[in-house]
Amino acid sequence: MMIPRLPRLAALLGALALLAGCAKTDPASAEAAHGRRPQVLRYGNTNEPQDIDPQVVQGTPEDHVIKALFEGLLTADPKDLHPIPGLARSWEVSRDGLTYTFHLRENLRWSDGSPITTDDFLLSWKRMISPRLASEYAYLIYNFVAGAKDYYDGRITDFSKVGFKATGPLTLQVTLINRTPYLLSIIANHYAWNIVPIKVLLRYGALDERSTPWTRLGNFVGNGPFMLKEWIPQERIVVVRNPQYWDAASVKLDEIDFFPTEDLAAEERMFRAGQLDRTQEIPISKIDAYKHEHPELLHIDPYLGIYFYRCNVTRPPLNDKRVRRALALGIDRESLIRNVTRGDERPAYAVSYPGDAGYTPRARLTGTLDDARRLLEEAGYPGGAGLAPIQLLYNTQANNKQIAEAIQEMWRKNLGVASELINQEWKVYLDSQHTHSFQMERAAWVADYPDPHVFLEIWETGNGNNDTLWSNAEYDRLLHSALSAKDDATRYEIYQRLDAILVDELPVIPIFYYTRPYLMSPKIRGYWPNPLDNHPFKDIYLED
Amino acid sequence: MIRFIAMRLLQTIPVVWVIITATFFMIRFVPGGPFTAERAVTPEIMRNLEAHYGLNRPLYRQYLDYCGSILRGDLGPSFKYPTRTVNEIIAEKLPVSAELGALSLCVALGLGLPLGVLAAVKRNTWIDYVCSSFAMVGICIPTFVMGPLLILLFAIRLGWFNASGWYGPIDRVLPSVTLGMVYAAYVARLTRGGMLEVLSQDYIRTARAKGASEARIILKHALRGGLTPVVSFLGPAIAGVVTGSFVIETIFQIPGIGREFVNSAFNRDYTLVLGTVVLYAGFIIGMNLVVDVVQVWMNPKLKFE
Repeated sequence: MMIPRLPRLAALLGALALLAGCAKTDPASAEAAHGRRPQVLRYGNTNEPQDIDPQVVQGTPEDHVIKALFEGLLTADPKDLHPIPGLARSWEVSRDGLTYTFHLRENLRWSDGSPITTDDFLLSWKRMISPRLASEYAYLIYNFVAGAKDYYDGRITDFSKVGFKATGPLTLQVTLINRTPYLLSIIANHYAWNIVPIKVLLRYGALDERSTPWTRLGNFVGNGPFMLKEWIPQERIVVVRNPQYWDAASVKLDEIDFFPTEDLAAEERMFRAGQLDRTQEIPISKIDAYKHEHPELLHIDPYLGIYFYRCNVTRPPLNDKRVRRALALGIDRESLIRNVTRGDERPAYAVSYPGDAGYTPRARLTGTLDDARRLLEEAGYPGGAGLAPIQLLYNTQANNKQIAEAIQEMWRKNLGVASELINQEWKVYLDSQHTHSFQMERAAWVADYPDPHVFLEIWETGNGNNDTLWSNAEYDRLLHSALSAKDDATRYEIYQRLDAILVDELPVIPIFYYTRPYLMSPKIRGYWPNPLDNHPFKDIYLED
Repeated sequence: MIRFIAMRLLQTIPVVWVIITATFFMIRFVPGGPFTAERAVTPEIMRNLEAHYGLNRPLYRQYLDYCGSILRGDLGPSFKYPTRTVNEIIAEKLPVSAELGALSLCVALGLGLPLGVLAAVKRNTWIDYVCSSFAMVGICIPTFVMGPLLILLFAIRLGWFNASGWYGPIDRVLPSVTLGMVYAAYVARLTRGGMLEVLSQDYIRTARAKGASEARIILKHALRGGLTPVVSFLGPAIAGVVTGSFVIETIFQIPGIGREFVNSAFNRDYTLVLGTVVLYAGFIIGMNLVVDVVQVWMNPKLKFE
C-alpha cells in the first residue's frame, strides 16, 4: 500500500529540493568554451507565435520572432524607424512616385547557404497575393501595387501583369496604383513585404498552399540576422546568429530566447528571478512600485496607438454631434491618466498621433464643462434630463473597466448624464463591434507603420474598420486626394483638414495616446525607445 | 467483471457523441470566430480564409465531416496555429500535463494519506488538530495565491528555482507542490473521515482483542476500508489533474494542455476546443469506470452489476 512507500517518496522530494540549491536550470547559463561570455538576450514575447511564416501570421509576438529571422528589402533605423537599406542596397523612386526600383546587394544568401534571387522576391509576392493562401495582410500589397487586386480577385491570372518585375539579376521594379508616400515605411517596418525561401517552400507543398510544414524546426530557412535553433511550442523559441547573413559581422548577440509570457504577473516574476532581460509589459498595479523602488528597470516608451470611445452614429442620442461633443468635453483626461491609467499616457484631444512621421494635428478638442452643458441643453437634454443611460461597451481586459467607471462618474458629475457599463469577452466584443451592435464602445487603434494615414484612413465611408458608420463625403474626397499629393508637406496639410473634420464631428471620442510600460535590464545596449516598439535585434547587445 | 466493463464502455459511446455534438454547436453559436480580429480583414480575404478551413459550407456538413474525421482519429487542423494539427498539439501537451498531474498526485497522496491516518488514529489530540488545520488551510488557500507565494519565497527571495518554465527536473517542484497541496488537503480530510468510521467497526475491535499490533491493525485491516471515500474522490481528481490545470500552467508558464483547453475557447479555435473537450470527457469517463472497478475490489460488500 501507500504508506511504506512514503519514505522513498519523501527522500525523492527531499533530493529534488536539494538539487534546487545547486542546479537551477537556466537555458542560457553555459559559459562559452572560448572564454567570452555568450551574448544571450532573454526576451518576454507575450504569446506563442501562430507561426513564423511572415505571409500567414498577423500578430506582434510573431513580428518579434520574424524580425530576428527575416529581413526585407528595407529595414528600419533603430533610432527613428526611417527606412534604411536591408536586402536592397539602394532604391529610386520615379518622378511621378509610381515606380520604385530596388537594387539588391550582391551575394545575398538564405540561412542554408543558397543564393537569394529575384525569383524569390517575385514568387514570394505572388504567393502573398494568392487568394488560396488567404494571407490576412495581403491588402498591404494589393491596395498599392498595380494589378495586384485584380490578381487577388481572380480577374487576371497572369502574374506578369501585376506591377512586380525583375529588370536585371539584382534589380526589382514595383509599379503602384497611386503615389503611396508611406510605401517605404511599410516595407521597412512590416513583415507583409518579406520574402520566403521559395525552393524550400516548394519541397513541402504548392506555392500558395497554407499550412505546410516548411517553418518547422529542421525545415525552416530564413534570411535575417538570426536563424532558428529550437522551437518548443508554449515554452521557448531559440534563435542564434546566422553566419550567412550579409551583415553578420555587425550582429552582436549570439542568441535570443523568446518566451511566450502570456501572463503579465508571471512575466514580471520571471524578470525578478533573473530569467528575462526584457518583459513585454508590466501589470499596471506594479508601475508605481517600480517608479519608486527600481526606476532604472522601468521603461515607459511612447506607443503609436490611441485609446478612444467609438460612437455608433446611427443610434440616438449619439447621432447628434452636440451630444458626442458634450460627452467628449465631459472627460477629464489629465485626471484619468494621473489616477487610473498611471502609465504616463498623453491625453488625446485629436485622432492622429502627435509627431507621427513628422505630423502633428493642429485640430484640438477645446471647450469647458459649461460649453458641454450648453451643448446638451441645445440638443434637448438640459442637465442630462430625458437622456436614456448611454450604453458603454468594453472588453473584459486590462484596465478598461476602471477607465469606464471613472468616465461614467465624470459624466454623471460634470454633465448629469447616466451611463451603463457593459463588458464582453474579447471576441464577443469584436463581434458586437463589427456587427455595429453597440451604442458606444471602448476601442483602440495601433499603427502598423509610422504614417498619419494609418489613423485617418479607417474613417473613410465603407472602410472595414469604420464601425462608427459615420460617413462624410468631403472627408472621403480629401483622403483620396492626399494619396496623389505632390509631396509630404501638401499631403500633411490635407491631413490637417481631415483631423479638423474629425474633431468637429467626433465619430470617435479620443481619450489618450498609448504608452508602453515594460521592464528591461540595464545591461541592454544598442536599444532606442521608439513608438512602434520596433528594436532591430542586430543592433542590440549586452554589457557585462 | 469483463461483462461489466464491456457494458460500461458501450454506454460511453452515446455520452461522448452527445458531448461532441453539444460542444460543436455551442462553440459555433458563440459570437465571434477564429478570424475575428480588432483589425478587420477585408471581406475578400475573409472569404478566402473561410474557404480554406471549409467554414463556408453549411454547418450540418461541417458537423458530419467532423464526426467522420473523429472516427478516423483525426481531430483536424488548428485554426490559430496554421501549421499544426489538434492531434499534434494534444500529443505534445498532454504528456506535460500528465507529468505535472502525476507528480502532484504523489505530493497529494504522500502528504494527505499519512496526515489523514495520523489524525484519525490520534483523534482529538493536538496531532489531530495540527493535521486537520493543515487540511483546512490547504483547502482554503487557492492555487493562484499559493503559487505566487511559493515563487516569491523560493524563486525570487532564495533563488532556488526558476520563477516559471518547464525546462529541467527542478522546474517540476514548485508547480507539483502547489497543485498537490490542494489535493493533499482533500485527501487528508477524506482519509481521516473514512478511517474514523472504519476504526469504530467491530472487526477492528476483534483484531485488537486478538492482540494484533496497532500498525498491523491500521495498515492491514483499517486502511483498505478507510480509503474508500478517497478512491471515489481520486477518479475525477486524477482526470482533472492529468488533463491539466489552467491556473497552475498559467502561473508557472507550463506548456500543458490545460492552457490550450482554456485559450482555445478564447481564440475560437473550433477544432482545438472540440479536441480538448473530447479528451477531457474521455478521461473523466475512463477514470470513473476505473474507480467503480477499484471500489468493488476494495469493498467485498459491493458486486459488479
